[in-house]
Amino acid sequence: MIRFENVTKFYGETPVLDDVTLNIERGNQVGLLGPGGAGKSLLVKIACGLVSPDLGTVTVNERDLGSLGPVELAEHRFQIGMLFQNYALFDYMTVGENIAFPLRQEGKLDELEIRNRVEDLLHKVDLPGIERNFPNELSGGMKKRVTFARAVVRNPDLLFYDDPTAGLDPVTSSKIFNLLEKVREDKNKTSIVITHDVLGVRDICDRFIVMDRGRILFRGDRQAIEDCDIKLVRQFWEGSSDG
Amino acid sequence: MMHFLRNLGARALGALHDIGQLTVLLFRILVSIPRLDVQELWRNFYKVGVKSFPIVFVTAILTGAIMVIQSGQLVAQYDAFGLLGWGAGYATLREIGPILIGLMFSGRVGANNTAELGTMKITEQVDALRALAINPIPYLLAPRFIAIISMMFLLTLIGNMMAILGGALTAQLLLEVDYRLFFWSISEYLVLGDLWNGLVKAFFFGVAIAIVSCHYGYATSGGAVGVGRAVNSSVVVSAISIFVLNFSIGALTL
Repeated sequence: MIRFENVTKFYGETPVLDDVTLNIERGNQVGLLGPGGAGKSLLVKIACGLVSPDLGTVTVNERDLGSLGPVELAEHRFQIGMLFQNYALFDYMTVGENIAFPLRQEGKLDELEIRNRVEDLLHKVDLPGIERNFPNELSGGMKKRVTFARAVVRNPDLLFYDDPTAGLDPVTSSKIFNLLEKVREDKNKTSIVITHDVLGVRDICDRFIVMDRGRILFRGDRQAIEDCDIKLVRQFWEGSSDG
Repeated sequence: MMHFLRNLGARALGALHDIGQLTVLLFRILVSIPRLDVQELWRNFYKVGVKSFPIVFVTAILTGAIMVIQSGQLVAQYDAFGLLGWGAGYATLREIGPILIGLMFSGRVGANNTAELGTMKITEQVDALRALAINPIPYLLAPRFIAIISMMFLLTLIGNMMAILGGALTAQLLLEVDYRLFFWSISEYLVLGDLWNGLVKAFFFGVAIAIVSCHYGYATSGGAVGVGRAVNSSVVVSAISIFVLNFSIGALTL
């Protein structure tokens, strides 16, 4: 489904992704863990086609992203839903307009269908009736859920969540992870969850990847990560400074 | 000495780099105009035009008044009150009107545009657009570009009328020059070319403000400090561009 082959990206002279080779199967929900600056967000942005690697190839659904023209790249992005770390909600639009925006731009549904879908999604994320509010009137947790609704509104095959629970209280984090768990039930969807909240992500991912300084340190399922004896991986998994 | 030369060289290269980027962005915006987002265009017409009207109104009225007060002293010396409308109108339409409205526009609209785009950039809203398969150039930049240029042109036209009105009022109230004499002087001595000269300047000032503010906003990086830096550069470069363009157009139309 998603294949990174020898992907390297430099910022100046420093490699922020260093020869990353990785395969993510269709229907998997993958937890991407690692310290800040490990290259996790960059890896996801490359898979989304927002950033091009300096070396290596990225293949999504058998299509090499490096060979796509603007129209094909737009088609590729239509299959993707992305939840950004800093919400990235459009300030000048209401919540309803933010969620409806991808559908209106796509132009396939009529206005009534769009409104119904927005209303339905706001119920699913437990925020009914806030269509007319602006993002600056919402709390951090509410904004994350609205961002989630916008990410899934087009029913994409690929979902990338960049730190979906950053800065949220445990109750709100749990609500967000419940939403991610529901998406996982659909076996046609492939998703990557970047998070530092290891406790929250343990039960909702099929596989885990740990990155450090632009390299893949570990990949495997839950059993493998529990048995792993790499110090940094153990520290992350157990949430402890002792390895 | 070497240090000075190195700094000078670096600055010159930086300026050339900026000019190159501005040119590329201008080309990309022009090419994307047929695909621009119409709803965004209307939103920007309102934001740029309607919301700038009060400040342009005040600036223009006072500009006309000041031109009459300044030229009034000279006119009174020679008892040439019949030239007051022409003197004030000529300077306002050809020079002072477009320049002052351009500077106000660069401070209000250009700075706002850069700050808005810069904030969208650093809060990943531009990335979000791209992730949603929406090209930011026709969606975000082209409507702003068109709105700024057309509103600068339109508001200069309205501002010119306001300035003449302000001049006539000042002439009547402060200098006791009959407003009919003031308007007669304008219609008798000013030609359409004087108005067009100012409007051509306004058009090019609009292009400069639009492209400079879009460029610095869209190229913002480095958090809140980066936005501040971008706004500062945008206002300074726009103001310098206005004076350079004013000189160039003035020299070409001698």
